[in-house]
Amino acid sequence: MTRLLAITGFILFLSGCSGNWGWYVVNPTTKNGLSNLGFLLDGLYYTVLISLCAILISVVIGLLIALPGLSSKRRFRGINRTYVELVRAVPILVLILWVYYGLPQLAGISISVFWAGVLALALSDSAFEAEIFRAGIQSIDKGQYEAAHSISLNYTDTMRYVILPQAIRRILPALGNQLVYMLKMSSLVSIIGLQELTRRANELVVTEYRPLEIYTILVLEYLFLILIVSAGVRWLEKRMQTDVRH
Amino acid sequence: MSTASLISVQEVSKTFGNFQALNTVSLEICQGERVVVCGPSGSGKSTLIRCINQLEHHETGKILIDGVEVKDGLKNQRQTLSRLGMVFQQFNLFPHLSVLDNLTLGPQRARKMEKAEAEALAMSYLERVDIPEQAGKFPRQLSGGQQQRVAIARSLCMEPDIMLFDEPTSALDPEMINEVLDVMVELAGSGMTMICVTHEMGFARKVADKMVFMDHGEIVESARPEKFFSNPDSSRCQDFLQKILRH
Ligand SMILES: Nc1ncnc2c1ncn2[C@@H]1O[C@H](COP(=O)(O)OP(=O)(O)O)[C@@H](O)[C@H]1O
Ligand SMILES: [Mg+2]
Repeated sequence: MTRLLAITGFILFLSGCSGNWGWYVVNPTTKNGLSNLGFLLDGLYYTVLISLCAILISVVIGLLIALPGLSSKRRFRGINRTYVELVRAVPILVLILWVYYGLPQLAGISISVFWAGVLALALSDSAFEAEIFRAGIQSIDKGQYEAAHSISLNYTDTMRYVILPQAIRRILPALGNQLVYMLKMSSLVSIIGLQELTRRANELVVTEYRPLEIYTILVLEYLFLILIVSAGVRWLEKRMQTDVRH
Repeated sequence: MSTASLISVQEVSKTFGNFQALNTVSLEICQGERVVVCGPSGSGKSTLIRCINQLEHHETGKILIDGVEVKDGLKNQRQTLSRLGMVFQQFNLFPHLSVLDNLTLGPQRARKMEKAEAEALAMSYLERVDIPEQAGKFPRQLSGGQQQRVAIARSLCMEPDIMLFDEPTSALDPEMINEVLDVMVELAGSGMTMICVTHEMGFARKVADKMVFMDHGEIVESARPEKFFSNPDSSRCQDFLQKILRH
């Protein structure tokens, strides 16, 4: 509630500032303003879709990379370390460019803007997911593995039914943070032309030349998305905490 | 060496770094026998039973369960190890699962039972440890004594031939110790083969067929309880008994 007030205050402050505000450019009561506003808001579709696809894939890759990191064998831990260090070293923007322009040449495939974006974002985020999963799994008491062993569970069942359900509850806040991060990073995919929020704002600025108003709308769009995600994560956390001790 | 032993520990040694936790320990346990292991803290009691169910891996010597060797790296051990149940000092219940789900997980996943069958089995063991009414609760909602009884029931659901107990009452408030010991006495009466690490000497006198005293990674004394309590051979064992029986 206080946050909503602060945001409203912020907007009033901006519109009260001196300078040539020209909100007509997105005034929904005019035909042109309405179509501009619609054009901007339609970008939500790709921003949300690309972020969700990327986070899903990156969670899966992250988990698969985290598991060898927990092994007692040095060789397996080496796989984990190498992946994490390599992927973490590449800037996201560079990875997006490389996947979109470089990978097709290297692999002899064609890749759409959307899937190039998903792949680059997922790869880049997966190193962080791997670290989050590793820390979460390592925080589970050794006694849980021993109890699972004592009732004859194999490795897969131990992970699936005993360790991961507890680890995921603990890392939920961190996973929520990654989703927020992903929504923000998805704006970088605008560089290869995906029609998400940022790309559309850029295109509209070129034709209307009202950067202040259009980018202010853009800021609010991300703010709105991220507040929703944060609230969702808090709700999930509360729900899961009702049936587990910490 | 008797071939009738259900558990045969033959000259087993185990080191942690350069600390010798077990030093050529040998122990034979027959079907239906109840063995109580005691000894000072750090003497290797836990390590011994943890080697038997391979939570720790011994370096030298042999451990046979009903004639079949268990050892790190040997294939197809799950079948053999599934004959052993284990109860821990810290209970180690699964906190995210209800009591009933704690009990049915093993039967469903490792014994491939149907859900309904596993639940019926679980309920029968919850009745046996006298807390069927707690089936729907989560572990944290139970007292320590109730949690330990759930842990015993969880082990029994795997229908083991041998039960290992590692100081099952040491983490409990005094008023809850007896409810757990009662379950163990009942289990002993049913003919279960048991190895119990405990300092509850009243319980030991009641159920033990054999008393084992460990010190510095070695079995120092192994005797029938009458002899063990009245006149043990070693002075270290005498000292120890004097200390724990003084009050
Ligand atoms: N995982 C381990 N790593 C290093 N030392 C250990 C480990 N487990 C046990 N020890 C050591 O081995 C000795 C015997 O331990 P333990 O078998 O637990 O004794 P007890 O159960 O008789 O108190 C102790 O000195 C303990 O510190
Ligand atoms: Mg111990």
